[in-house]
Amino acid sequence: MSFEAYPLVSDWLNAHDDRLLIHTGKVDIGQRISTALIRIVQEELSLPPSRLDIAPVRTGHAPDEGITSGSNSIEQSGRAVAAAAATVRATILDLAVSRHGGAAADWKIDDGFVHRPGTNLRLDLIDLIRDLPPDLPIDPGRPRHVPEQAPLPAMRGIDDMVQGSFTFVHDLDLPSMWHARRISPPHAKATLRDIDQTKIENIEAKGLQIIRDGSFVAVAGAGEWDVVKAATSLGLACTWDQGGGLPETDISAQLAPENAERFRVVDGTPQNGSVPAPLDAPDMSARFERPYQIHGALAPSAALAEWTGDTLLLRSHSQGIYPLRAAIADSLGLTTSQVEITHVPGSGCYGHNGADDAAFEAALIAMARPNTPILLKWSREDEHVWEPFAPAMAVQVDAKLADGRIIAFSAEAYSDTHRGRPRPGPNRAGPAKLLANRFRAIAMDAYVSPPNMGTHAGMHRNLDPAYAFPDKRLVKNLVRGLPHRTSAMRCLGAVANVFAIESSMDEIARQADADPIAFRQAHLDDPRACAVLHELDRRIQARGQLRDGIGRGIAYAQYKNVMTRVGVAVEVAVTDTAEVRLDHAIIVADAGRVIDPLGLTAQLEGGFMQAASWALCEEVRWDRDGIMSRDWDSYPVIRFDNVPVIDVVLLNTSDQPSVGAGEASPGPTVAAIANAIYDCIGLRLRRMPFTADALTQAALEI
Amino acid sequence: MGACHAVSVSLTINGTRHDIASDLDTPLVYVLRDELKLKGTKFGCGLEQCGACAVMVEGKAVLSCVTPVEVFDGKEITTIEGIAETEIGQRVQRAFVEETAAQCGYCTPGLVVAAVALLENTPTPDSETTKRALTPHLCRCGSHPRVLKAIKRATTT
Ligand code: FES
Ligand code: FES
Repeated sequence: MSFEAYPLVSDWLNAHDDRLLIHTGKVDIGQRISTALIRIVQEELSLPPSRLDIAPVRTGHAPDEGITSGSNSIEQSGRAVAAAAATVRATILDLAVSRHGGAAADWKIDDGFVHRPGTNLRLDLIDLIRDLPPDLPIDPGRPRHVPEQAPLPAMRGIDDMVQGSFTFVHDLDLPSMWHARRISPPHAKATLRDIDQTKIENIEAKGLQIIRDGSFVAVAGAGEWDVVKAATSLGLACTWDQGGGLPETDISAQLAPENAERFRVVDGTPQNGSVPAPLDAPDMSARFERPYQIHGALAPSAALAEWTGDTLLLRSHSQGIYPLRAAIADSLGLTTSQVEITHVPGSGCYGHNGADDAAFEAALIAMARPNTPILLKWSREDEHVWEPFAPAMAVQVDAKLADGRIIAFSAEAYSDTHRGRPRPGPNRAGPAKLLANRFRAIAMDAYVSPPNMGTHAGMHRNLDPAYAFPDKRLVKNLVRGLPHRTSAMRCLGAVANVFAIESSMDEIARQADADPIAFRQAHLDDPRACAVLHELDRRIQARGQLRDGIGRGIAYAQYKNVMTRVGVAVEVAVTDTAEVRLDHAIIVADAGRVIDPLGLTAQLEGGFMQAASWALCEEVRWDRDGIMSRDWDSYPVIRFDNVPVIDVVLLNTSDQPSVGAGEASPGPTVAAIANAIYDCIGLRLRRMPFTADALTQAALEI
Repeated sequence: MGACHAVSVSLTINGTRHDIASDLDTPLVYVLRDELKLKGTKFGCGLEQCGACAVMVEGKAVLSCVTPVEVFDGKEITTIEGIAETEIGQRVQRAFVEETAAQCGYCTPGLVVAAVALLENTPTPDSETTKRALTPHLCRCGSHPRVLKAIKRATTT
């Protein structure tokens, strides 16, 4: 969609000083899109990376590419930038010919110059680009010029990262800037009753400003530590109406057909109409669960805002600056042209975290203090408690067998919405999804998202197994009205669905006394999937006999059923205290043509580690009084003491289109760990996370 | 602070002495970032749980997000901005770049500091020792395997 909407070369590529600027609406969130885009242009135009740069991603300047998510950056921005660069290459050669003669084939493009071998004609490429007509359209039919061995660019920003000079939004420091912190209600149902007036006066006497709009409260001032201390004392000075407290719902019981809006899913797409009857007398039947989990960015969300009296200037680590601009403008009664948002990196976000909410809150504070740049930072607790969570999910799997093969397969997913991003839509959907709008004096109700009917989207992502079962019954069950605000987290429903399907495949293969890889291959008709599993098998064989006390599990999935194919094998041990130790892992991936192998490997490894953390550690807990998972002690995550050796194998399918891999490894990783635990100690873990308590509980239930 | 006299704290940071103007109860990380504008040291939790704020104090990796600046009076502190002043520091930074041991990079300064402190005290750590030294540090992007490779590379080159 990207270049249909932005059809000109100059929408994507522009000469600026002696460099070529690449414009993209995709933001670099650690998926290395900027490194990949630089490489694409470098290959096409033989420009050294030092003469290439990515333009700041800013509303009104960058192409509007919606939201950076779903591993689609390369397909969208990448495709447009590649076509623009190919058009530039051809047009530049024509320009050289028309100015200096010869045929296009007489000219060479090399190292930033266009030259004609055998002459001293040598033209600077970027000077020529400057002379291209500004309305030159992209010619999507231009063949791409791909040199055999283009040098790999280093990851963009890595030098600054190791030197501490990479600028995150948290590091911005403008003259006369003020810092701000918010005062969090005890939980989402609470409303502010009162603030102790003496405390307010004390704080204001120190030159700080308190901002209040209904139950939204913040404090701002020149000195950051003063503001942190004031926020603590202001928090203690607030009294709240509890609104009945948080519902102590049994989520597992709530995720049931009688509470759900139900859709049959065919070819990955939900259908209106009746849902087929469950399988009759299945041979295998099991339910799998994932609790609420957080994105848990290492840096709490932050944003810098300034209100000039006419224009709101924002810097944010949001994944979607255009939708956010629309939502903020609508919330504040401004036109979109009065709001400008520039993307500045935050720490890795893994989906929709507190970024957008923090940006809007910074705006609210800035509007109360014109002409002062306001740097709002959420606290660790703010981020843990108030970011939109990944929804809790349940997946019911049933299967019927004949002659050791699966002849009928049913999977039903249950979950609340995965769509909480502040995108514009009916009923002021954008503003309704910004957290502070629920607490302002004119409060908005929590937004009720319509069901996501997209293909392989939302909770039904990867609900459709990769296997060629003769009979498949797939059902999506959208359950609303659950206690917590939820939104998109890396992989959406794919984590729980692949966990369920691949644990079931393991169980069924064991019942049939079959080798887990051969059993899967026997049900696959996709040669590339079989090749991934074949390579996984070869790597496993090469490891020799398993040591005593070690168990191995495998899993396979193709992300979204159309993207990267990944097979994972994990070896685990279980300690005397029932802790799962990750010993070794193999990841085999087929992501089509590989543009940035190091980046791809890092994404697959990163996905593995995050999924291992979900599988082994992570669960949001709460009671009436609020969220109890408030920091890294009460919400533990994986640490360096449980990092396995990971071998990543990229299959070389250079004749196939590139597909994103940022979200391809987590689903199979969770399932492979569950299967390895079973192999190790004979316990089938069907609910994440597989903590020592969960293992002990499972042992007692045998 | 009493009005009768100014109690002052001075720190030697990356080899330069600074008299500190911030309040004595200010955690070191705010002094570094806000008063001295050394933004390389990161804030992740303010609870000594994540490692983002690590600096080197007299050869050891120390978390700077809770302990008040007055506790560091007279101490020699190396932040990520000064870590390249030693040969080990340069080696570790180079190894992190060569192994691309970062994704978003937010955990990276703390990890580089921890790695340098480790190698200064234990020149050739085994993998268990390395993992133990890094366990106070979180990385949410999953760059752990590359970080471990980078530290290994820094010990062998
Ligand atoms: S910020 Fe100091 S340990 Fe997290
Ligand atoms: S690289 Fe993002 S937190 Fe470590």
